[in-house]
Amino acid sequence: MVPITTLHYLVVAAALFVLGVIGVLTRRNVVIVLMSIELILNAVNLNLVAFSRMWGLHGQIFAIFVIADAAAEAAVGLGILIAFFRNKETVNIDEVDLLKW
Amino acid sequence: MTPVATPFFFYMLSGLMVVGGLFVITRRNPVHSALALIVTLLAQAGLYLMLYAPFVAGVQIILYVGGIMVLFLFVIMLVNLERTEKEKPFNKQWLVGIASAVALGAMFVGVYVRGRALLPEHTVSLPEAENTQQVGLMLYGNYMLAFEIASLLLLVAIIGAVVMAKKRI
Amino acid sequence: MIPDYITSYLDKSVRVTPGEAGNIFWALVYILCVFGGVSLVVVCMNWLERKILAHMQIRLGPMRVGPHGLLQPIADALKLILKEDIIPEGADVLVFWTAPLIILLAVFSVYCVIPFGPTHAITDMNIGLLFMLGVSSLGVLGIVMAGWASNSHYPLIGALRSSAQMVSYEVAMGLAVVSAVLMTSLNAQGTGTLSMIGIVQAQQAQQTWFLFKFFPLGLVAFVVFAIAMVAETNRAPFDLPEAESELTAGFHTEYSGLRWSLFMLGEYAAMIAVSSIAITLWLGGWMRPFPHLLTGQAWDLAFSLFPALTFFGLAGLAFYAVGKMWAILYFRVQAIGLAGLAAVFGLIGLILLLRPVRTGVQDIYWFVAKIAVFLYLFIWYRATFPRYRFDQLMKVGWKVLLPIGLGVLVLTAIAGVIFG
Repeated sequence: MVPITTLHYLVVAAALFVLGVIGVLTRRNVVIVLMSIELILNAVNLNLVAFSRMWGLHGQIFAIFVIADAAAEAAVGLGILIAFFRNKETVNIDEVDLLKW
Repeated sequence: MTPVATPFFFYMLSGLMVVGGLFVITRRNPVHSALALIVTLLAQAGLYLMLYAPFVAGVQIILYVGGIMVLFLFVIMLVNLERTEKEKPFNKQWLVGIASAVALGAMFVGVYVRGRALLPEHTVSLPEAENTQQVGLMLYGNYMLAFEIASLLLLVAIIGAVVMAKKRI
Repeated sequence: MIPDYITSYLDKSVRVTPGEAGNIFWALVYILCVFGGVSLVVVCMNWLERKILAHMQIRLGPMRVGPHGLLQPIADALKLILKEDIIPEGADVLVFWTAPLIILLAVFSVYCVIPFGPTHAITDMNIGLLFMLGVSSLGVLGIVMAGWASNSHYPLIGALRSSAQMVSYEVAMGLAVVSAVLMTSLNAQGTGTLSMIGIVQAQQAQQTWFLFKFFPLGLVAFVVFAIAMVAETNRAPFDLPEAESELTAGFHTEYSGLRWSLFMLGEYAAMIAVSSIAITLWLGGWMRPFPHLLTGQAWDLAFSLFPALTFFGLAGLAFYAVGKMWAILYFRVQAIGLAGLAAVFGLIGLILLLRPVRTGVQDIYWFVAKIAVFLYLFIWYRATFPRYRFDQLMKVGWKVLLPIGLGVLVLTAIAGVIFG
């Protein structure tokens, strides 16, 4: 078997990134769009940690900060979703089309 | 400790990740998507362990799986409507979306094929036994400012989320 | 070649845990031992909880099924296995089926790193504590899934309340744990460790249980953890999500028969797991009481006789009960059974008097004895304290335990700099 090099990890991260982008662009449910954004962030994290194997610990530190950021963003995004849902009773992203309702 | 059966674990974990990602973006029921995302995140923690990053793996499990996914499941239950199950899952622009994602993937493939010679073959020796200590030293040494800014960011996010989800401010 | 793989682990002078040595066979043996031990303790806990609760409430508890109700857990298990497996209509079958499995997976994964002795653990990761905190937060997911998949409002509210409670008290637990880990770094190198065996060895090196270190800081951190761990396992007085008078059994309302017994197994196993964390972090793990105050051959010998004395005490109690039962003709058969059990206890006590067994079982015995004390405390809390209302519960978690945890952490850091 071919030994597992950094390129293998980069390819997996790229596949996950593409899946996340498809999810963001094609789904209607806001929650699933937010989950696809988490997929994208995880793909980036995998890339960072794979590179940190070559060039020192900085990648892992960056990955920890990305995870903290993802937590903050998920909390705020879901708060917005709840506030929006309370007003319009839908989670369809196509119906978020007015600045004022 | 010498690693054992590395290709087997790598292919199994990355296969789990990709299959989990597929389920996240294709399931109609958001709870099933959330469970598939949990599987993806756990497989990713396993990949971090294979990359000799145990602290990041631990942080991933505690924060992502134990925190963020619980938050997602809470909100899914709050906004779970029966009629979302009967609507179409994909929106009107799905063809354009998939086409642009495939173009992005082709760009990735092109970059990796052209640039694979640039990736150095050596790996830095990161002793796994001291990973936590070294991460701690770097977080409180070189990256002190970023650490404090991240904690401020989390404080702002907490206040923002609480304010937005309240019924009356 | 194969026997060599097995015996090469046995005769090394400096031993490590089987996980660290990469020895899969012995790791499997340890896993089976831990799993069997936990299952045995859960079965005993079922009987002990009902008997101790009953005696604290001045009644007798189960007396009918065996001598003094000793066969009650077996009767309960048979009943649960033979019950009809009901899945509610409209429930999501896949999620309904996997929820108890996820809880059990999360709880039993914690046992991989619990050290029963310096080499008696399944493995020892150098992020052992982080792993335990992370994996025990996976249990929350199982509860949320169980509540949602039941397609009924009592389980949903119970699951949301239970997961909110567990997430809140995880924060307090994390802070208490961090202040204990801070105390491990007060050595010559100035670096602490997150590995469970390393934490107990730090207590051995600093010659004090972390409970008594920087008195009262270690004690306050331990108390914060002790309260948070009761809330984590959904036990009284924090058992609103599964109380019968409030929510008709909360998130496991719709589970019947064998699935419900999986939840109970998970709850008792979680109690043992968090007690083990508390013992490893503050109570010295496998160290016997006063290892540095009462030293010497005589004290070592005296403390090494404790396992045998425990079993002799149990045998004595059983023989006393046999004596009182013998007078009544109706109970003769049960008395014979109990006498057999007492004889088995006495035999185990005699085996534990032999020297090689005595020295080998010391670490494990003291660890299990401390777990037994904690489990008795859990049952005592259930008998004594009234239940917290949910808003009071959240108030205690966020407004009382979190500031105290933060304060203890800061004060421990200051004390470490001054006195360390």
